[in-house]
Amino acid sequence: MKPLSQLRIDFMGRRNLAFVVSAVMLIVSIGAILFQQLNLGLDFTGGTLVEVRYGAAPSLDAIRQLLENSGFQDVSVQTFGASTEVLIRLQQAFDGDVGNEVVSLLRADGESVNLVRAEFVGAQVGDQLRDQSGLGLLVALGVVMLYVALRFQYKFALGALLALLHDVIIVVGVFALFQLDFDLTVLAAILAVIGYSLNDTIVVYDRIRETIRTSRIDDMPQIFNEALNATLSRTLATSGTTILVLLALLVLGGDMIENFAIALLVGIVVGTFSSIYISGALLIPLKLSREDLIPTKKEVDEEEEELP
Amino acid sequence: MLNRYPLWKYLLILVVLVVGLIYSLPNLFPADPAIQVSDAQGNALDERQITRVEEALSERDIAIKAIEETNGQWLIRLQSDDDQLDARDIAADVLGPNATVALNLADATPGWLQAFSASPMTLGLDLRGGVHFLLEVDMEAALTQRLEVNASAMREMLRSERIRYRNTTIEERSLSIDFASSEDRDAARRLISRDFPNFEYTSEGDGRASSLVMTLSDMTVSEIQDYAINQNLTTLRNRVNELGVAEPMVQRQGPSQIVVELPGVQDTVAAKRIVGATANLEFRLEARNDTPDVETERFEFRNDPARSAELMRDVIITGDSVSSASNSFDENGRPQVNINLDGTGGTLMNRATRTNIGRNMAVLFIEHKSEDRIEVDPQTGEETIIREPYTERGLISLATIQSALGNSFRITGLDSPTEAAELSLLLRSGSLAAPIYFVQERTIGPSLGAENIERGLLSVQIGLLLVVLFMLVRYKVFGVFANIALALNLTLLVAVMSMLGATLTLPGIAGIVLTLGMAVDANVLIFERIREELRNGLSIQQAIYAGYERAFTSIVDANITTLLVAVILFSIGTGPVKGFAVTLSIGILTSMFTALLVTRSMVNLTYGSKPVKKLWI
Repeated sequence: MKPLSQLRIDFMGRRNLAFVVSAVMLIVSIGAILFQQLNLGLDFTGGTLVEVRYGAAPSLDAIRQLLENSGFQDVSVQTFGASTEVLIRLQQAFDGDVGNEVVSLLRADGESVNLVRAEFVGAQVGDQLRDQSGLGLLVALGVVMLYVALRFQYKFALGALLALLHDVIIVVGVFALFQLDFDLTVLAAILAVIGYSLNDTIVVYDRIRETIRTSRIDDMPQIFNEALNATLSRTLATSGTTILVLLALLVLGGDMIENFAIALLVGIVVGTFSSIYISGALLIPLKLSREDLIPTKKEVDEEEEELP
Repeated sequence: MLNRYPLWKYLLILVVLVVGLIYSLPNLFPADPAIQVSDAQGNALDERQITRVEEALSERDIAIKAIEETNGQWLIRLQSDDDQLDARDIAADVLGPNATVALNLADATPGWLQAFSASPMTLGLDLRGGVHFLLEVDMEAALTQRLEVNASAMREMLRSERIRYRNTTIEERSLSIDFASSEDRDAARRLISRDFPNFEYTSEGDGRASSLVMTLSDMTVSEIQDYAINQNLTTLRNRVNELGVAEPMVQRQGPSQIVVELPGVQDTVAAKRIVGATANLEFRLEARNDTPDVETERFEFRNDPARSAELMRDVIITGDSVSSASNSFDENGRPQVNINLDGTGGTLMNRATRTNIGRNMAVLFIEHKSEDRIEVDPQTGEETIIREPYTERGLISLATIQSALGNSFRITGLDSPTEAAELSLLLRSGSLAAPIYFVQERTIGPSLGAENIERGLLSVQIGLLLVVLFMLVRYKVFGVFANIALALNLTLLVAVMSMLGATLTLPGIAGIVLTLGMAVDANVLIFERIREELRNGLSIQQAIYAGYERAFTSIVDANITTLLVAVILFSIGTGPVKGFAVTLSIGILTSMFTALLVTRSMVNLTYGSKPVKKLWI
């Protein structure tokens, strides 16, 4: 097998194709977010959720009927994982005793029903959390951009930011498209994706900077290609190990962190793609040139002298 | 050239690893299921009672592992999880109502590890089951209450100085008193402003319409709010302790919220009734026939709304002055609450009763409640939930003062022994400085907790195995180095989390799994770089040196940015998200240590000091 690093893939030559692919994914995502809307979880909307475990698989319609007859409105009943586990959602925010109420109602038929968990979130808390989370995302992006601008150069920061936005929008888009539950853990996953994708992007940028400083040519796409090819096997190895553990988490982790694992998986696949194609390729329309990095040229010479 | 580390670096690594090992070890000893027994009044329990419990348990074939005593609290460790609930019920039966029996998971760290004060990570609610409450403190009510207390004191001052006033009204954050003449108002202003410096005073109107308006300054308002939160935290802690829950958590969150977590509690209704109770008592004198109407208020009896009594507006003392309370039965077998007052409370009570022998004194039961009402905006059709707080006040007793009362007395007129028990508990733990509302609640059953742990551990194991295999196949000998570093990284991560007393939650386990996947990144970067330098024709030792050196900046930059995100995640997150952020940040730091220093030391030890022909990388 030929090592990846000797493949010399012409990434930059295909950057237009990559931009088209990205644009399509972005349009689908934004469309899904706008028209399908996110299926926000209890954390953000407020409301009541009761999970119960039956001895034998129950009829969901019967449960819905029973609850509606007892005065609960907007009841959604679905199985959760196994067919004996039932998740009941009530849009209204009842008070916390509702869990026990529901269980005793369901038990009235003589079934064996156990309360697995009950959650109740007041509407205000949901609103508060939504604001706080949006703010957190913005602050995270801002701080990270500032760091990249200081360590590299503002064009890199801009490229990194666009790549990150790209990743975040696509992950959120996937959740909107497939109507997956978007709760607090998914938000945490998205922030982790920001961290991870940035990690990838920075490694690529670091190499681009190094190649610009050391190579004698001025053809940026060729320099970028060299840098990307040099980091390609690392990018794929790291993404590979991370995706392996995430698959383990997705398959074995249980229902409560299923969406969390999905968000991370999608994010890391998209993040790997964007750090190879998008974040590097974006530097070309941003007109990054050798001059942008010249003030640090002196340091490079010193570093080289130190090498044995 | 050769790659060597100075001795101190090896020693440093060794020390860190030994410390890491010691502090992560306690997590390998699973906690014992246990029941915790203590006296409800806080006295030490008799050893004979414990022996009775022991006998009752062995009669039912429940195996006891050990029995320990600390500060009058007894811990009975059991052999099996399944016996825990039965054992609690048996112990509660044997000991009767005066003892508190709670479920507990007892730390099973062996003594020699405890000597290093090493202890295992605490498990979050999602891993052990329990209840989580988020409470909102009603700040407006806190202000109103403070203003009412001040108004009462001011009226008292005015009366004793014989300044005539007409009416007091309380608005959002101001208090106004009406007077019959501007002279009275000015005299009152001089008198009051001396003792109440926290108000901003304005005089309004004159003659018969003159009034004095006192507004709380911004600083005082925030002081009152802080006080309300802190007082509520203390009260809630006391109440939760009275419930006998092991390792409860009561914590402030944000400006006006309080989180209460009760591990192991399944009966949310009882827990909520105690935690959220806003009951308090007020002691007031009954009005005389000639008391002016502005100074009196009429209240109904709690258990008989047809009866009512006219009471003075001024409060002698409230339940806040109660230093201890217990419940028992009077001569006729009716429930009663025995009350002891603190010093100031006793003095106030004595002063009020001494001069009023023969008059009636009333005990008012006060409860702050709220009602949710849905209001539809006529323009947008949007529904908003409006919470309207209201206060229920009802008489529980009205009795003639026979003689001057001192520090201790009793009150009767309660509905049931349960009510007496709860009232005495509430009086003991103190009242809430401001009403609270439940805004969030989560109950996690114990079976879900156990399942979460099992699945979490399994995914950590499988994830680790996959990464280890991947690294071995791809980097051969260097893969072995990276894998050893990975194992040490996991050890260190667990050790740091245990030392910090961090709580392990399900997202926290996910964080560990993710860290494992990402932790090898630094090594991948280095190893790829070494390979590359070898291809560029560097000698083996030079390639190793250059690989570590050149990958360093990438690793630091990449990790610092991830760390920044994790810190932000920590600061905005609550509960589960925080747990994830904590593991992620610690994982980044420990993985940098193991990936850079530890693998380098292994590479140096293996290859560093001799000529090498070929690297298995």
